Amino acid sequence: MILLDRVSKTYNRRGPALERISLHVEPKEFVIIVGPSGAGKSTLFKLLTREEKPTSGKIIVGGIDYEHLKDRDVPLLRRKIGVVFQDFKLLNNKTVYENVAFALEIAGISNSEIKHTVPKVLDVVGLKGKESNYPQELSGGERQRVAIARAIIRQPKILIADEPTGNLDPKHAWDVIKVLEKVNKFGTTVLLTTHNQEIVNALKRRVVTIKGGHIVSDRAVGQYKG
Amino acid sequence: MKDHKYITLERIIKNGFVNFGRNIWLAIAAMAMMAITLTILLFAIVANTTFNHTISDITSHIDVSVYLKDNITDTQRTNLIKEVRGLDNVKSVSYISKDQALKQYIQQNVNNPDLLAAISQTDNPLPASLSIKPNDPNHLQDIKDFLDKPAIQALQSDPTSYSGDRKAAIDKITSATHFFQQAGIVGIIVFIIISMLIIFNTIRMAIFNRRDELVIMRLLGASTSFIRGPFIVETMLYGAVAAVISLVVVWTLFRIASSTLQASSLGLLDIGYSSRYFSDHLFSILTIQILVGILIGAASSGIATRRYLRLNRQ
Repeated sequence: MILLDRVSKTYNRRGPALERISLHVEPKEFVIIVGPSGAGKSTLFKLLTREEKPTSGKIIVGGIDYEHLKDRDVPLLRRKIGVVFQDFKLLNNKTVYENVAFALEIAGISNSEIKHTVPKVLDVVGLKGKESNYPQELSGGERQRVAIARAIIRQPKILIADEPTGNLDPKHAWDVIKVLEKVNKFGTTVLLTTHNQEIVNALKRRVVTIKGGHIVSDRAVGQYKG
Repeated sequence: MKDHKYITLERIIKNGFVNFGRNIWLAIAAMAMMAITLTILLFAIVANTTFNHTISDITSHIDVSVYLKDNITDTQRTNLIKEVRGLDNVKSVSYISKDQALKQYIQQNVNNPDLLAAISQTDNPLPASLSIKPNDPNHLQDIKDFLDKPAIQALQSDPTSYSGDRKAAIDKITSATHFFQQAGIVGIIVFIIISMLIIFNTIRMAIFNRRDELVIMRLLGASTSFIRGPFIVETMLYGAVAAVISLVVVWTLFRIASSTLQASSLGLLDIGYSSRYFSDHLFSILTIQILVGILIGAASSGIATRRYLRLNRQ
């Protein structure tokens, strides 16, 4: 589902952020990516969403080879990948309902289908009754669940979650993780980065550790020590 | 596919209107700014038109007088008038007989008994004359050349009025009006450029405030037109509303001005004329204002959103 072949990314001033990273993720897998700040996790995600282009190496996601991806097709690629960010990235002047519906609107989905789908997804993430609230009126955990609803409503084959629990207290963090597990159970490949040791150890999933731009370990059921 | 485009367009317009309402304070600030600049521009244009009107008023009073000898025959006179009428730069020729000249002289000097006494003692000394109005006072020389031909000169009692000091004065006025007309055009162009910059910058600030929105939409995979469209719709609304506001402001000011300064003219600026010009052209001014507002709004937001719509940071 995701294939990185000897991918490097070098920013102008600093040294390489990622150096010859190779990673293969199977469909429906749940992979946790861990590592200290500045290890290159965020860069890896930006490469996957094509916010950045790799300096060298090959990236293929869901059958799309990024090397041959034209700029005008980038929006289409992004609609196929669900993304969840640490800072939620919700549209603050749109309601919960509109934020989730937005993901469908940009894809040209009909109004009737939007009306039918959005409440269902909000129900999945446990936000029934919050439809007409604005993001500022929600707790951190609720906001993140809006972001997840927005990411999964198009039923993407891949969900990328970059530190989704980073700004949340433990209780809300677990709510978010549970939603991610649910999504994975429905057949979506999930890529999760986290600093939270407890979460990593409780999930019992494949853990990839990145340090200094290199993958230093990759275990089927991994552990993470701070 | 057509259906898809229709849905997208409908959503772009709807989002534009919704955003306008939800960002109403930002909208008010931007619209106020646009309204002020459009008002100044509108004033500048009306002032310029009034000024041109004054100038053409002045230049229409410029004429060349040809003084005729007392002894020329009616046929000579008629032929001369016909020939003068045939010249390119001549708008009209009017004949003032000796009697008419005397009447005018008496009228003009009602309060000056000495001058009137001097006239009444002699036989009417005033010559008959032709008053020639030119199309373009900048090119009086052609007329003068014609009148200076010896055959024509023979019919005249005095040199034409377009000579000596009077020539210098007329030339000075015409070159001054020419200068002022050009200065007016340059002034308007400078005003237009400044207004555009101010409006563009205002909209750029408004969009800068909301750049996060643009970036997020980009990350979610929205197409460029889907992101930019609502912003353009929104700023077009700003432009339209600002245009109407500025028109209402100017209209009100003219109403007040013409009722308090009735029929007065302030030096070169005839308020009465400005007011009349404005109300006569109200509809076309409104249309142009709205179109300009919409166009500047759309262009500004189109340009201002560009930098936040990059697909990647390379």
